[in-house]
Amino acid sequence: MAVLELTNISKHFGAIQAVNDVSFSIEAGEVVGLMGDNGAGKSTLVKMIAGNFSPSHGTMRMDDVELVLNKPVEARRHGIEIVHQDLALCDNLTAAANVFLGREIRRGVGPFRILDYAAMYKRAGQIFAELKSETRPRDLVKQMSGGQRQAVAIARTRLSEAKIVLMDEPTAAISVRQVAEVLNLIRHLRDQGIAVVLISHRMPDVFDVADRVIVMRRGRKVADKRIAASSPEEVTGLITGAIEQVA
Amino acid sequence: MAITLDQTIAHKQQSWLGEKLSSQTFWVLIAVILACIFLSFATDSFATSKNLYNITRNVTFVAIIALGMTLVIITGGIDLSVGSVLCLCSMILGVVMHAGYSLEVGIAASVATALVIGACHGVLIAYIGMPPFVVTLATLSIARSLAMVASGNTVVFQFGPDHDKLLALGGGAWFFGIANPVFYMVVLALITGFILRWTRFGRYIYAIGGNEHAATLTGVPVRQIKVAVYMISSLSAGIAGIIQTGWLGAITTNIGAGLELQVIAAAVIGGAALAGGVGTALGAIVGAALIEIIRNSLGLLGINAFWQGCFIGGAILFAVLFDRIRKFRQSE
Repeated sequence: MAVLELTNISKHFGAIQAVNDVSFSIEAGEVVGLMGDNGAGKSTLVKMIAGNFSPSHGTMRMDDVELVLNKPVEARRHGIEIVHQDLALCDNLTAAANVFLGREIRRGVGPFRILDYAAMYKRAGQIFAELKSETRPRDLVKQMSGGQRQAVAIARTRLSEAKIVLMDEPTAAISVRQVAEVLNLIRHLRDQGIAVVLISHRMPDVFDVADRVIVMRRGRKVADKRIAASSPEEVTGLITGAIEQVA
Repeated sequence: MAITLDQTIAHKQQSWLGEKLSSQTFWVLIAVILACIFLSFATDSFATSKNLYNITRNVTFVAIIALGMTLVIITGGIDLSVGSVLCLCSMILGVVMHAGYSLEVGIAASVATALVIGACHGVLIAYIGMPPFVVTLATLSIARSLAMVASGNTVVFQFGPDHDKLLALGGGAWFFGIANPVFYMVVLALITGFILRWTRFGRYIYAIGGNEHAATLTGVPVRQIKVAVYMISSLSAGIAGIIQTGWLGAITTNIGAGLELQVIAAAVIGGAALAGGVGTALGAIVGAALIEIIRNSLGLLGINAFWQGCFIGGAILFAVLFDRIRKFRQSE
């Protein structure tokens, strides 16, 4: 059974058709690469799954129950976590503060509750250890490397029982060694039975880590294939339009 | 021995002392203490209880508003209206009490005025998306004008049946000989410090200043928090107005004129960054204290009062420059 199933999803902004009649499904523990040129509709599609936009047409189902999202918080409540392209980190806060941003652990009674620093440092430390990342919960994010910043953003998705993690260009602006780190983090999520949607421009990353690739062009899905059955040349052709469409 | 992953993660990069030593607030505090020691020896009149009583009491009005201003500055905003809001709130208090109402009613009216002004700021800034500078600049003009309208541009110095109560509230010293305004300042500073360090609201204030977009994406109620922050800023101006009215015993329509710049100066000297994300309650108090000590000492040292502005301006530049230089050295 699919964790997430999109049926005939469309989204238009006025006269602009950003996403046009797209259907696909994702299984638990599957890594799906979502590729396409700028303006192909990837971001719009992901923003609908993340609850930023609601679709103009079509339905989303999660574990066979219809999914209607009005706000990002609701997506999160359903176990959909997003790692944003710019990572959405506050440089002036510690790693732990960023991991728990919007979901702080507090202690106390009723309305008199204070931040539980000790518990948040401890839990953040555990998550970083799980992710095998050398990231210190008490350090300011300002002082961190690109890989560590990614780890902080990914650690957020581990706070709750996430079913799907959407990653928007996680390897776009980091060093080669850090890319390997991030791809390991993705495999780690997959091994936990989490479905990962990897939006990326980087062909090697998708072919390295993904099980399946979905290609978008001008708002339409033009390919949905297993990685083993495709090739970087074919995907490039699909992205640019040199190849019209494949089954 | 190899360092394990767990050890790396558990490692603390800076000690508690190291953290303190690297803060601007700490060094400004040292400057304040050194200035006090120097003045005690250099002049006969500085370390007298009367002078210290005066200094601490004068600090409070700027310091109380600087607390509210610091919250606004941490979110990356600015509130230019505080001087005029102080004036309007004082005037509302005065006019209401002069009309024969009790002190409680006067304070309630004054606080309500402050909260409404703050809420208007917050809504215009957070929901309509107007720049804080513009919105509060407009109120700078509007609030003082309203104060003139409310009072007919006269001096209010008779506060009805609760006249003495009001003067005691601002001018008395109910606790261990500490001037009441100082006591209020300490209490408000402790509350502000607690909110910033220990509450989720405080954490969100820093998050908004650090990266507003990130705060929105992670589900922080950015707009509501901004409204609350501007309400707190106006409220702090209102509270300072009430206390100052009690202390002065009279209100003119030009009290608090130019105060906003002193308040912002205090916050900035105390370590708040106008770019947002940085600032503390202690910093607001320490910054206000430094400004007041400069003013006081110039008088005691027999330096012409016209030089005051130069010294305060110099302190602003020096405090921020000092911080820049330290950061350059760290990053090298």
